[in-house]
Amino acid sequence: MTATLPVKPELVCPAGTPAALRTAVDAGAENVYCGYQNATNARNFAGLNFTPDEMAQGIRYAHDRGAKVLITLNTFPPAGRVDLWTEMADLSARLGADACIVADIAVADHIRRRHPQMRIHLSVQAAASSPEAIAWYVREFDVKRVVLPRIMTVSEIKGLVDEIPCEVETFIFGNHGLMVEGRCSLTAYVTGQSTNMDGACSPAACVAYDQQEDGRLATRLGGVMIDRFAPHETAGYPTICKGRYLSEARDGGYYAFEEPVSLNAATMLPELIRAGVHAFKIEGRQRSRAYVRKVVAAFREAVDTVMAGDEPKLADLVALTEGQKHTEGALKSKTWR
Amino acid sequence: MTSQPDPHATGRARGPMPFLPPPPLFLLKPLLARIVRKVAAQNPGMFARLGPHAHEHFLIDPVDMPFMLHLRPDPDALDFRAVGRRGAPPPHVARISGTFLNLFTLMDAEQDGDALFFSRDLIVTGDTEAVVCLRNALDDVDEPIAHTVAALFGPPGRLALEALRRAADTARRRTEEAHP
Repeated sequence: MTATLPVKPELVCPAGTPAALRTAVDAGAENVYCGYQNATNARNFAGLNFTPDEMAQGIRYAHDRGAKVLITLNTFPPAGRVDLWTEMADLSARLGADACIVADIAVADHIRRRHPQMRIHLSVQAAASSPEAIAWYVREFDVKRVVLPRIMTVSEIKGLVDEIPCEVETFIFGNHGLMVEGRCSLTAYVTGQSTNMDGACSPAACVAYDQQEDGRLATRLGGVMIDRFAPHETAGYPTICKGRYLSEARDGGYYAFEEPVSLNAATMLPELIRAGVHAFKIEGRQRSRAYVRKVVAAFREAVDTVMAGDEPKLADLVALTEGQKHTEGALKSKTWR
Repeated sequence: MTSQPDPHATGRARGPMPFLPPPPLFLLKPLLARIVRKVAAQNPGMFARLGPHAHEHFLIDPVDMPFMLHLRPDPDALDFRAVGRRGAPPPHVARISGTFLNLFTLMDAEQDGDALFFSRDLIVTGDTEAVVCLRNALDDVDEPIAHTVAALFGPPGRLALEALRRAADTARRRTEEAHP
């Protein structure tokens, strides 16, 4: 198995706070991705993310230890507001960030013209999954890496790697969105805030939990009940896509879009590495540093073990997964659900 | 995994370490005041993450202890005190409930709050955004709060920290055995 192994993939790890960034670096991340405290990033949650000073310190901490910092500018500026995104791109260049993760072509164009030395990684939010689309981004903006949507099988990824002129990054752990990324308007429909333009899917200010007398837990978003968990049932995030709904066509509530479940591609690491994937992404900037430490350390060991030609001993990460359930998702089969 | 944090489910009704009784409230008052002052002094930047919620009142409910904790993380008017369970709790915008050991593992940066929520071992009611801000502020401190508290009390504090970690580990294994 080792004779034909390609280059060792980098681990791309989440950080919602400076403490999480340091934790990710210390746990073995080659790349840490993080964003500013505004709508330019897709985890624009209350109390999360970095001030410019914190970002500067985080970049220094990572660089001193041989790690890179990728800055998420991965939302879409509404008309007339692109200045905020370009200002954050300029700031990132001044701070010495190693790359910007970009979804919008105006932002990509600005970086390419003003900061030609800055690497551009194409965000999963751009939902580029065909060789033609990715080649266009590479040609027009010199994109160095594409983060693939979570809708592709390993064999599709392998075919893509052989056809496109840039690095490929795939998600291996964390939140598992069924929809084509960057095009989901479910939160906006209920809360008026856009995941893709405001950066907040199910903003906490719109979420309410009701622990009921009978032990059930009711979850509401914008006043709309989206699930009610039985007393002994594991819970999920309060997102519309993971909601359970009543329908005349079904008995009881059912998950119309997606069940509360996390992606966990741990068992597929050897296949993904053989497919030529350049970087593995762990989702979870909204999670704690305990999550970052456990997940990064587990995948650090697993990747190193595979690269050494051995079978990885995979830590049990199920306790950290949404609904305490995990899936290999579309990586294994298009009919996974 | 329980519908709500149930101190009786795993034999923890007598507190996190059954061999030690919970301290009386009058002893807790100066202790908690000292702890919150130390944490605030060591982490002045944490208050920025609270944003407008720094002035809010939180109720932290270790369900297997005879008291609850009232927290106002206002840098200009810090307040952290134990309150009894008799009568109405003090006004609060949000309540965070879990067993003492689960709350301890959060403060020890050993457990993930979302994971405890998924397993229904942590209950949050009230202003969700205020709780998220508090969680993010506490998670971003340089040194986990449990370490800071242990250091306040020297070698006995460190011994207590180790004992609590062992107790938390035992409780976690019992839960896993009960719900494989």
